[in-house]
Amino acid sequence: MRATIVYPSKKKYLWHAKIIMNLSDMEKRSLVTIADHSREKIEYLIQMAQEFEKHPNRHLLEGKVVATLFFEPSTRTRLSFETAANRLGARVIGFADPKVTSGTKGETLKDTIMMVSNYADIIVMRHYLEGAARYASEIAPVPIVNAGDGANQHPSQTMLDLYTIYQTQGTLDNLDIFLVGDLKYGRTVHSMLNAMYHFNPTFHFIAPEELAMPEMYKQFCRQHGIRYVEHTDFNADVISGADILYMTRVQRERFTDLMEYERVKDRYLLKLDMLSKARPNMKILHPLPRVNEIEYSIDDNPHAYYFEQARNGLYARQALLCDALGITLDEVRKDKSII
Amino acid sequence: MKKQLLVAAIENGTVIDHIPSEKLFAVVNLLHLDQMTSAVTIGYNLESQELGKKSIIKMADKFFTDEELNQLAVICPNLTLCIIRDYEIAEKRTVTLPDELRGIVRCTNPKCITNNEPMHTHFHTIEGQRLRCHYCNTVISLDDVRLVEKA
Repeated sequence: MRATIVYPSKKKYLWHAKIIMNLSDMEKRSLVTIADHSREKIEYLIQMAQEFEKHPNRHLLEGKVVATLFFEPSTRTRLSFETAANRLGARVIGFADPKVTSGTKGETLKDTIMMVSNYADIIVMRHYLEGAARYASEIAPVPIVNAGDGANQHPSQTMLDLYTIYQTQGTLDNLDIFLVGDLKYGRTVHSMLNAMYHFNPTFHFIAPEELAMPEMYKQFCRQHGIRYVEHTDFNADVISGADILYMTRVQRERFTDLMEYERVKDRYLLKLDMLSKARPNMKILHPLPRVNEIEYSIDDNPHAYYFEQARNGLYARQALLCDALGITLDEVRKDKSII
Repeated sequence: MKKQLLVAAIENGTVIDHIPSEKLFAVVNLLHLDQMTSAVTIGYNLESQELGKKSIIKMADKFFTDEELNQLAVICPNLTLCIIRDYEIAEKRTVTLPDELRGIVRCTNPKCITNNEPMHTHFHTIEGQRLRCHYCNTVISLDDVRLVEKA
């Protein structure tokens, strides 16, 4: 049974509005990092995504132009955003290959953003430089949605992860979340810590020493009263207490010592027999692409949920686009443009 | 031989004393002293019982805002300044690290947008005398701070 999400009270909303009053209207509608969002706002966006899951095809964004600027290629994220825009009736412009942009001629990011702002109602951007989306949100006269800025933030991935956790567990509160694999460089797991701290989670970090959760994130947990346990072993007993098993890929290129990589690479592979002691509600998530870290025979197991998770990216991104364009949950609920 | 002050007293202005000598030129850059038109006296590598070698800057007819002076805390956290009026010390001030620093400190992350775009840097002061980049979230200890080079 799903828990009820309480709609943010007017009082809380006014408080939220007050603290962001010093931001420009576009800056506050932009999505740069999930850390900017309160618990209420995250719950609000989950409710909006639920509406889109029920009815993904609408004319809600008819007449709007969405620009997708991918200064760094990312097929999966771009297709998901463009599908979200298309299924809501918006038209999409943009580029998927940075080689075709004026950036190669020496144009600044500011100039590109200002130019595209003349044409589009909203800009979805992925950039290889960290902080690019924050900067764009400060200068652009239209809202910016961050589709990844280097190793820094990837809030739409986090939003779809949260939506999936909510969808499978019926709540975001008091969950045991196990993060496995590359916890040092994986921005999805770092964003997860930032987002989940509103919901009293217990984290388990399972990684080789070389890719352990960095100290600054463990410090973040301690400062915010988030419980965490670290493991280097990965077996049926360790994961038996998980509600969510969030797998990531151990990437060869991250290791300076390739002998070390060879030694640890197969220690973090999830095999079917390791699920024997799993809780019935446990779901396996993965931001994809996977290589071999989840055995293919698990795909048909009821614990596997990574393909559904990827599909949720559509609904989460539909909610993010609408929210950034100033469309409220109430308007989505009363929408008569459902196809 | 009678001991004499190496630098003359000023009638009105600001004196920054007890600057660690290795920080002197960073202070000069930060306060844009090269653009000043009034008299500036700089003493470098003077004897100091406290610091061994110290430096001193006397700026005639120059008064800084709190915001300008607090930027100095990034390079010299314990700096003391004297505001001089009519040859007397009218006020003694210590600098405090501001909550935000714009265009002062350089981000150490080469992939930060501020190192690749013509724009000002922006840092927030966080616990433990550290700075967090507003754009890429890199955290820098005050000991490792590098200032933005002025064009």
